[in-house]
Amino acid sequence: MAYRLEMRDMTKKYGNFIANDKVSFSLAAGEVHAIVGENGAGKTTLMRMLYGMEQPTSGDIVLGDKKVTFRGPEDAIQSGIGMVHQHFMLFGEFTVTENIVIGYEPKQAGFFKRKEAVEKVRLLSEQYRIPIDAQAQVSSCSIGEQQRVEILKVLYQGADIIVLDEPTAVLTPLEVRELLQTIRNLAQSGKSVILITHKLQEVMEVADRITVLRGGKVTGTVSREETNVDDLARLMVGRELQELSERVALERGPLLQVENLTVREKQTLLDQVSFTVHHGEIVGIAGVSGNGQSELLQALSGLRTAGEGSIRLGGKDVTNQSVATIRRTGLAHIPEDRYMWGTAKLESVEENALMGYQRKPEYYRRGIVKREAFRQVVRGWVERFAIKTGSRQLQELAGNLSGGNLQKLIVARELGQETPFLIAAEPTRGVDIGAMEYIHQALIEKRNQGDGILLVSSELSEILALSDRILVMYKGKIAGELARSEATEEKISVLMAGGSVHGSSQRAR
Amino acid sequence: MELLDWTLVSSTIRMVTPILLAALGGALCARVGIFNVGLEGLILVGAFSAIVGNHFTGNLFLAILIAALASVLFSLLFAYMTIRMKANEIVVGVAINFLALGLTTFALRAVFGVKGAFYDKDMAGLPRLDIPVLKDIPVLGDILSGHSPLVYVAFIAAILLYVFFYRTVTGFRVLAVGLNPVAARSLGLKVTGLQVLAIVMCGALCGVAGAQLSLGQVTMFSEGMTAGRGFIALVAMMMGQSHPLGILASSLLFGLMDALSIRLQGFSLPTQITSMLPYVLTILAMFFLKDKGQGSSNQQSTR
Repeated sequence: MAYRLEMRDMTKKYGNFIANDKVSFSLAAGEVHAIVGENGAGKTTLMRMLYGMEQPTSGDIVLGDKKVTFRGPEDAIQSGIGMVHQHFMLFGEFTVTENIVIGYEPKQAGFFKRKEAVEKVRLLSEQYRIPIDAQAQVSSCSIGEQQRVEILKVLYQGADIIVLDEPTAVLTPLEVRELLQTIRNLAQSGKSVILITHKLQEVMEVADRITVLRGGKVTGTVSREETNVDDLARLMVGRELQELSERVALERGPLLQVENLTVREKQTLLDQVSFTVHHGEIVGIAGVSGNGQSELLQALSGLRTAGEGSIRLGGKDVTNQSVATIRRTGLAHIPEDRYMWGTAKLESVEENALMGYQRKPEYYRRGIVKREAFRQVVRGWVERFAIKTGSRQLQELAGNLSGGNLQKLIVARELGQETPFLIAAEPTRGVDIGAMEYIHQALIEKRNQGDGILLVSSELSEILALSDRILVMYKGKIAGELARSEATEEKISVLMAGGSVHGSSQRAR
Repeated sequence: MELLDWTLVSSTIRMVTPILLAALGGALCARVGIFNVGLEGLILVGAFSAIVGNHFTGNLFLAILIAALASVLFSLLFAYMTIRMKANEIVVGVAINFLALGLTTFALRAVFGVKGAFYDKDMAGLPRLDIPVLKDIPVLGDILSGHSPLVYVAFIAAILLYVFFYRTVTGFRVLAVGLNPVAARSLGLKVTGLQVLAIVMCGALCGVAGAQLSLGQVTMFSEGMTAGRGFIALVAMMMGQSHPLGILASSLLFGLMDALSIRLQGFSLPTQITSMLPYVLTILAMFFLKDKGQGSSNQQSTR
């Protein structure tokens, strides 16, 4: 069978480290081929070589029947390979059309023919059934729309092979469904799609074939019909996944009491929110991002001023107290944006781990931090969470760690505080299945010890797996509350979209 | 003498020219994500080179060309330091300003053998352009006609820059570079090239601004004759949100203050007081600017 693209025995070495070891991969016209694997399995390296951002140590890339070498992304684009990056490469101030045609603008005598560009984008949008408002400003578009802009841009550039890097990580459940439909449409119209992900459910819905990578090697290439989620997970992780620990039923006194919490800026961001988190309870907050979850977490942790309402932690009023005071009262916080709130990218792993511990008597004496004592603790975390820190180990810059490993470091640091209350915002964003399993297990154990956890996640599966109670936020309010026993993905989705669920217990005051 | 009359508008238009030209140059840099505080120095180099060019060639057109080239050369130094050597743009800009001040003062002595200022009564300044038809219309003719050609160049430059930014492909890409350099690079746009292009264009505009200063308003060069106009241009650029038409408006405001300060001297106010006027306005302008970023700074960090 003639493939549109073949990568043969691709090997990439960085010094002694082998990122890709004789990885072979093929892609037919009209095929959706998923590449799955944990963080550091070599997915990204493989795609960077395909996109001309890295040069292979050995191995061949064959397009059609021609061997090719790409010196840069331009070469790859020229050859009909397009990449939709995980972090969008868009200009918020420009319109949808401008973002799609940039670099290949229709022009006459140096002048940008914007009308013609809009026309072209409209045609493209109809041809591939990817709906978009060609003249909207990108910054006013939802994340899902922005992703469609990225896909259209790649199509506009003439790509036959479209690489989607973790495309569903940032989308709402509805948007995910739309994206999967778009991928099917693209395949039907003859485009080939490479889908990089670690969400196996989605892979099973849309992929024709699946290549699994582990430790830089291919552990299997299978067609969808002959596999299932469990088999794939086994191939990915290299072992059976464990069930989460039992939830212990506990005596549950109130731990965090939030009453009528309101945050206003230009508009009301958080509107009269009241809820309680008990000891030994995980309360999950679901919702499309941007419906007040961030503001809620910031108000709880002291990063944002609350206009009205009160927050009591362990019986003590901590409304509008400083971050340090609230943390001393008993809060640890895994922040939703690990780069903005969670780490100092330009500092070492050790320094990042130390944040929040520097004044503890065990590690601090008369203004001097006792580094050696602390280093032992960090080494323990690195081992327990299998954090890959790179060649300089604890002295490696945090910014050089992969997203998943950095997340593990933050989780370890915040769990290590052993506070009665923990805010876990997107605790497993971007981490692989093995680490996710570990983090989930750690959260459940913390719950079983009688601590309270407020879990905010855009992954409904995560919310459903961990929460004792689920609150759904919509437009700054709590739109509904579901007990663990009655919660389903459908019910939550409806509440997330602003609907109401019959029989859901409206939140109790 | 009246405080306000039509000749005030006319002198506003004359005073605004160097500020407007330099502010447009600053906007070009801001739009590619570079904050160029070296405008002052670039204007000064232009002003000096214009006099040198005029003195040795006797040709005004060549003099302006030499002024532009000299400032472009200086701006290339700025580009090399900030883009290639990745030095802090503020530091390099300040260095450019002092370098220009020292170099022109030194060259003034080396070339003309004078200290403080150079003036040659035989040297021709820029001619006044009388625009046919327009000059015969009362009031309007007095205001708009009879300026140095560079005055008209400045206003045309504002319009051309608008067209460049919002109508041409290259201008579009220049804007893209300033908004999100990472995305621009990933698209294969020549980020560095576009940045250098913007800096060079900025240099040329500042050079012409300098020529207007030393050949248009007076026909002489004195040490540090820019007297902070480069910084006022910087403020005008920020107040105008790096938008050519916004800059046109804000520059006119500063030009008016400049003209007013000269006018006020006729009311036996000490010059030291009156010449503070533009700078007082600058400080006031800062109050209105405090919440608004200049056009280039609203890029988000990726990741």
